[in-house]
Amino acid sequence: MDLYLSALVQGLCLSGIALGIFISMKIFNIPDITTDGSYTLGGVVTAKMLVLHQPVFVSLPVVIVAGALAGALTGLIHTKLKINALLAGILVMTALYSVNLTLMGRSNIPLINTSSIFTLLNISADPNHNTFLILLVFVALVTLIIGYLLKTDFGIAMRATGNSETMIRALGVNTDRMKITGLALANALTALSGFMITQFQGFADINMGIGIVIVGLGSVIIAETLINWFRITSVWISLLFVLSGAIVFQFVLAFTLSLGVNPNLLKIVTAVFVLLIVSLPRLSASFKNPS
Amino acid sequence: MISVQKVHKVFNKGKANQVDAIQGVDVGIGEKEFLVIVGSNGSGKTTLLNLVAGSILPTSGSIHIDGNDVTKLADYNRSEWIARVFQNPLSGTAPDLSILDNFRLAAIRTKPKGLSIGINDGFKKLVKDKISTLGMGLENKIEQPMGTLSGGQRQALTLLMSVMDTCKVLLLDEPTAALDPKSADVVMKTADKLITDFGLTAILVTHNLKEAYIYGNRIIQMAEGKVLRDMDKEKKSTLKQNDLYDWFG
Repeated sequence: MDLYLSALVQGLCLSGIALGIFISMKIFNIPDITTDGSYTLGGVVTAKMLVLHQPVFVSLPVVIVAGALAGALTGLIHTKLKINALLAGILVMTALYSVNLTLMGRSNIPLINTSSIFTLLNISADPNHNTFLILLVFVALVTLIIGYLLKTDFGIAMRATGNSETMIRALGVNTDRMKITGLALANALTALSGFMITQFQGFADINMGIGIVIVGLGSVIIAETLINWFRITSVWISLLFVLSGAIVFQFVLAFTLSLGVNPNLLKIVTAVFVLLIVSLPRLSASFKNPS
Repeated sequence: MISVQKVHKVFNKGKANQVDAIQGVDVGIGEKEFLVIVGSNGSGKTTLLNLVAGSILPTSGSIHIDGNDVTKLADYNRSEWIARVFQNPLSGTAPDLSILDNFRLAAIRTKPKGLSIGINDGFKKLVKDKISTLGMGLENKIEQPMGTLSGGQRQALTLLMSVMDTCKVLLLDEPTAALDPKSADVVMKTADKLITDFGLTAILVTHNLKEAYIYGNRIIQMAEGKVLRDMDKEKKSTLKQNDLYDWFG
């Protein structure tokens, strides 16, 4: 597959993580790094279901529920035991490593001669285009559902929970329950990324999630920079920026590789790239007003 | 409407920094009563308000609202009766959400927040009409984030939000403490009008003795976690503003 089409497809696969991190970090204001574990969990459950020849309408809900459970657990630890969210996420992520390994029974499940969402429909004769189109439809559907959710009364209450907790409690919302629901939703979306990427690359691996949280963070930070830049208040445009963030992120990595950078250095490139985006607003401000 | 019986509140019990914030308070507040609570810092007036609101739960004693025992209910379970305005204008509204979104949440304060879209043209018109009664020209800015407004505008909107849904009790925790005198005046007049128009039972905690003198039909002075003075409508009407200053002399 062409490098940039591949980057585009990967970006779409990973947009679930971006949406998940957007919900946990931007909407709930909670730094959740259950992500590394719930992404692998999504992939592992998908591989397991495909090997067992389960159809997509069975495997998809199971993946969503698995991710949601992981997120809800982090939420429970954070709200009921009053443990710092970051630590709660690390605890669940660490525990999930064993869960994933136990589920797989070994460290890697290759998917050979199994069906996938990409063999479900034949929209285009070219299999690569077919993969891209199916992903596009799938991601569009997920985004529509999340966008609708955020516009509902429940969604407004979700957004208010991360924004002004005293206010939303006075307006009758149990903020603990709301945070647990939010983290469940965020990690269900992350597991969906695991679902897509496992079928795209044709295997699940115990280490596939290591450091994946940075992909979500990077995408959301790109989106946030754009959102602040254009003073966006619309939910829909914000979500579109998050999706674009996920795709831009993969393009930058693809471009770096095409320059002939050693793939071993990819993580450091990723880290430096995210650092650059985060510091860009400050750096440009200090260039304008040197003091 | 509100009955506070033998309530005690101890913070950090048994530790070196133990604080006996409320020491046996008995207060009954009748329907449509507008109670003003004054007292020095640390007298327990805000603690008492928070006990009624449910942000903190009493160490002992009981609290009833509208005949219901709410002693052990969390704040979000008391929103059925209570609307609140906070000292910090940032606490009563969500700054990143639009004015419209804030009002939508307020309009369903006593109801579940469901999976349907509640903001439609009818609701937008309702919010615009309500906001135009303030005469601040904010009715054309309902799509703007709440955070773009001044503290006074936000406090006035918080007051309006409190009567978007059925409301019996309005708790005002130093609502004008962070405002300039002019905004403070607008906010207090709006509060007084809403309390009268909607027949609300209200509690106002304030450090501003002028406000305490002008508004309300009952006044309580608190000191060291106890009720020091309690004056009903008749006594309060004979009270002079200077008498209030003497209380703190």
